[in-house]
Amino acid sequence: MNILFFIRCFNGIVLREALRFIHQRERFFSALVRPLVWLGIFAAGFRSVLGVAIIPPYETYITYEVYIAPGLIAMIQLFNGMQSSLSMVYDREMGSMKTMLVSPVPRWFLILSKLLAGVLVSILQVYAFLLIASFWNIVPPISGYVTLLPALLFSGLMLGALGMFLSSAIKQLENFAGVMNFVIFPMFFASSALYPLWKIEETSEWLYYVCLYNPFTYAVEILRFSLYSKFNIEYSLGVIIFSIIFLTLAILGYDPSRGSIQKKGG
Amino acid sequence: MLALDVNDVSHYFGDFCALDKVKFSIKPGDFTVLLGLNGAGKTTLYSLITRLYNNRTGLINIYGHNVRDNSIEALKHIGVVFQQPTLDLDLSIEENLQYHSALHGISKKEAKIRITNELKRIGMLDKTKMKVRSLSGGQRRRVEIARSLIHKPKLLLLDEPTVGLDIGSRQLILEHVKNLCKKEKLAVLWATHLIDEIDKGEKVIIINKGKVLISGDVDKIINKARVKTIRDAFNKLVKI
Repeated sequence: MNILFFIRCFNGIVLREALRFIHQRERFFSALVRPLVWLGIFAAGFRSVLGVAIIPPYETYITYEVYIAPGLIAMIQLFNGMQSSLSMVYDREMGSMKTMLVSPVPRWFLILSKLLAGVLVSILQVYAFLLIASFWNIVPPISGYVTLLPALLFSGLMLGALGMFLSSAIKQLENFAGVMNFVIFPMFFASSALYPLWKIEETSEWLYYVCLYNPFTYAVEILRFSLYSKFNIEYSLGVIIFSIIFLTLAILGYDPSRGSIQKKGG
Repeated sequence: MLALDVNDVSHYFGDFCALDKVKFSIKPGDFTVLLGLNGAGKTTLYSLITRLYNNRTGLINIYGHNVRDNSIEALKHIGVVFQQPTLDLDLSIEENLQYHSALHGISKKEAKIRITNELKRIGMLDKTKMKVRSLSGGQRRRVEIARSLIHKPKLLLLDEPTVGLDIGSRQLILEHVKNLCKKEKLAVLWATHLIDEIDKGEKVIIINKGKVLISGDVDKIINKARVKTIRDAFNKLVKI
């Protein structure tokens, strides 16, 4: 098995994900509509309620829309990661995942390829969102669009791996609704996506710590910094560490000798 | 060398014993029917052979490669048609087969040639660009068989491939696979609960409640059971 074998396999998985994405146009639109509703309605309403002080990486006062933009980018990736894992559960229930799992390729490579394919799709969604968001005057420096890319890769990998791990642990498609209630919403709300951490600390100390150690906060913050071509080592390391943890759990989850897949009949 | 060697394989789901010391082997060119009622353990056995599950006890070798220790080499040799349909309904036939080819490291150019050949063989070359969703059950099954052969496996595993199909489609698929077996020396393990899919001279393994009750040629099984037909033998052995 040579490098060409792995490249072909990776390309095949990415192409399939892209084709599924193209065929499911409503998925693309709903992925865009969701953050735009937050931006256009929620942020407009909250602008007058919540004043945002100058905090890094911002060098001046910013509008609330500008503040929540990185959070909404992370939201796109979080939902995409969950959508991808939902499709894993669906594929498993429908049987099409078996095709992938019985191919003569190491399981870790398949999981990683599937994950990266999902991340690439989420990056397309993010740039489409940024294009529309520019009408709300969310215009980062031009260099920010470039420096955002590696951050998107890492944050997407982290959130995708979390979704992948959850999909290995979820027994049935119906249980996925629980994931929405117990994972997506708490992760999103208990983070720095909608309000700065110092604001939360003023209100509740325990909630502040929950937000501070929430992996989603790390994703939001590396996106926020990278969007302004700045680098924050603390948040970057956090994302890398959480990515490794979630990825390891996902690979173990799909390992036939260890994972939960065997118990429920992959 | 044996195409498939299953030796003392057991499998449990919690306390429930799904397979109990299952033992049999298949030679290249053999068409072997794994006959058992629903819930007999056929799908569990397929999941172990294809490494969807890990076999904790016993040995499974495919052309000399141990599935547990050398799964990648072992999996290269097998083509699988699962009981559940596994095609992506939103993709075309060609896209589905290209995806499978990529998973087996086959280049796009080579895959195109192989896809054309396989679809021609099942008489569906004119439907290459059609979405799988628009195909009938029988056509989908034939595409799945074509897909399982794209990477030129030496062992073909089919788990209840004709369930839910009309008589015409069943016959077509059965004949196609039996022809492959004869012409290309392909070893085939065909799991079914439909006794009429068995012809004279074929090898049969009767499995019930996770145990192999008997295996051998149809005639041998009939003689041993002291009955007249394979149906009677099956009914007598599984005590229906």
